[in-house]
Amino acid sequence: MNKYYKAYLPYLFMLPALILLGVFFFLPFFDTLLLSFKDFSTDIYNPSWVGFDNYLKILSSPEFYEVIKNTFVFLFAVVPILVILPLIVAVFINQKIRGITLYKVLIYLPVVVSIVVVAIAFKWLYAWQGILNYFLELLHLSPLGWLTDTNLAIFSVAIVTIYKGIGYYMMIYLAALMGVPKELYEACEIDGAGILKKHLTVTVPHLMPTIALVATISSISALKVFVEIYVMTKGGPLNSTKTIVYYIYERAFENLDLSMAAAASVVLLIIVMGFSVINLLFFEGKRYRV
Amino acid sequence: MMRRFFKGLSIHSVLIFICILSIFPFLWLISTALKGVNENIFQYPPQFIPSHITFENFSGVWKQIPFLLYFFNSFVVAFFTVVLNLIFSSLAAYPLARMEFKGKNFVFYLVLSTIMVPFQAIMLPVYLIILKLNLVDTAGFIPGYLGLILPFAVNAFGIFLMRQAFLGIPKELEEAAFVDGCSVFKIWLKILLPMVTPTLAVLAIFTFIGSWGEFLWPSIVLTQKSLYTLPVGVNDLQGMFSANWRYIAAGSIISIIPIVIFFVSMQKYFVSGQNEGAVKG
Repeated sequence: MNKYYKAYLPYLFMLPALILLGVFFFLPFFDTLLLSFKDFSTDIYNPSWVGFDNYLKILSSPEFYEVIKNTFVFLFAVVPILVILPLIVAVFINQKIRGITLYKVLIYLPVVVSIVVVAIAFKWLYAWQGILNYFLELLHLSPLGWLTDTNLAIFSVAIVTIYKGIGYYMMIYLAALMGVPKELYEACEIDGAGILKKHLTVTVPHLMPTIALVATISSISALKVFVEIYVMTKGGPLNSTKTIVYYIYERAFENLDLSMAAAASVVLLIIVMGFSVINLLFFEGKRYRV
Repeated sequence: MMRRFFKGLSIHSVLIFICILSIFPFLWLISTALKGVNENIFQYPPQFIPSHITFENFSGVWKQIPFLLYFFNSFVVAFFTVVLNLIFSSLAAYPLARMEFKGKNFVFYLVLSTIMVPFQAIMLPVYLIILKLNLVDTAGFIPGYLGLILPFAVNAFGIFLMRQAFLGIPKELEEAAFVDGCSVFKIWLKILLPMVTPTLAVLAIFTFIGSWGEFLWPSIVLTQKSLYTLPVGVNDLQGMFSANWRYIAAGSIISIIPIVIFFVSMQKYFVSGQNEGAVKG
C-alpha cells in the first residue's frame, strides 16, 4: 500500500516530545559537559574556560574520593540483597493459596509510599531509644547508633533502600516466574529433588535474564540514591553517607560551586552509562529493536 | 492430607511474617501518632497499643500544616504530568511504530539514549534552564507548576511502552479507516488510542505514582510554601517539630492516606502482573 500520509507528518507527531526532550534533556546534557570545563568561582556570570582543571581538582580531592567509596559501598550493600531477597519472596508468593492478593498488596505497599515518609519512619525506628535498639536489648546486645556511627550509617541507609525496593523487584520476578514451564518442576519432583534443589536447577537458570535485569536496574538506582540520605543523615556523620548525587546536590545548590557539581555530574554520567551500556549490549538489546 | 495442611500453614506463616515486616515501620508510626503527651514514646518495653488512644496529634498537626493545599499541589502536578505524558508519548510512538520516514532509526536511538542518562546528572543545567524560562514559583502559580511539570512531561519509557502497544494492533484496521477517508490524526485518536487503553492506564498509574512521590526536583525549585507538594511538605515536618515525634508521625501518616487509597483501589494494576512492560530504571 502506498503511503497514506504526508512526508512531514511523522515529524509533526513527534514534535512535542522531541522539543521537550531537547529542552529538558539534550540541552542540559551538553550544558553539563560544558559547565564541567568552566570555572565559575571568580565571576559566576563570566566563567572562564579551564579545560580539565575541574576534573583534576575533583579527582585529587579526598572528599570526592570518599564520596566515590561511599557510593560503591552503598551499591555493593544494596544490589546483591535486592537481587536475591525479592526472588525468594517471589518464589514464596508464586503459589495458588488463599489471600495471595492481600500478601502482594502489603509487600508492595512500601513501593508506592513516598520515600520521604519511608525514610522518616526508619529514622524513628533507628532512634537511640528507638524500637530497634529495644529489640537488640531483648537479645542482650548493646544499642547501636544506627545513623550516628560512621561505620554503620551507610548500611542503615542501605536497609531503607532495600526495604523500599523489595516489592518492586518481587513483581518483576513474579512476572518472569509465570514463564517457567511447570513440567520442569514436575520432572524435578519425580527425580526426588528437594525444594531448594528444585529452584536452583530450574528457577534460577530460567530467570537468568530477569536476574540480570534486576541487577542492572537496582545498580543504577543505587547509584542515584539521594532522598534517603537527605532525609536521614544529610551525608553525615563525617561524610560517611555522602554519595555522589548528594555531593552534586550539595555542591550545586548549597555551595553554588557549579564547576565541581558539573564535573561530579559527568563522573556520575560515565558510571551510569557504563552500567546501561553493559545492560543494553548483553541483556536488553532484544527489547528495543527497531 | 495432613502434610499438605501443614505445608500450607508454614507458607502462610512465612508470608504473614514478611508482610508484618513490610508494614511494621508504618504501624509503628501509627502507634506513635496515637499516643498522648502523657505517654512516654521512648518507654522500654515499647507500648505497641497506646494505653490511651488519642487523635490530638493528628488534629494538632493538621492545624499547623496546610495538608489540603499540599494535596492539591501534588495532585495538580501529578495530574498534568500524567496527561502530558499520555498525549506526547502516544503521539511520538505512533510514527515510530507505524510510519516509514527518514531518520527513523536516528530518532529511535536518540530517544533510547535518554534512558541511560540519570536526571540527577543533568539537574543542575535543567534548573538553570527553568530559571531562564522564569518557570519558578516566585513568578506565580502557573509558572511554578509548569516548572515542576515540564521537565517530566515526556520520557523514553512512555514512548517505548506506547510504541510496543501500537505494534500489537493489526495494520489492516488503519488501512481500512484510511480508505474510508479518515485523516491520520483521526486514525490515531479514534482507532488506535481506544485499542491501547490498558497500556495507557498502566502508563498513567505508574507516572502518577512517580510524580506524586517525587522529592528531589520540587525541593530544588520550590521556594514558596504555597506551592509545596506533599513530599516536600512532609520533609518540612522534621524541621518544624524537631523532636516532636508524635506530630511528625501523625503528619507522615496523614500524608500517605491518599496514595494508599489510590493504590488499594488500583491494586490489580500493580500486583496482577499486567505491568511487565512498565519496568523503570
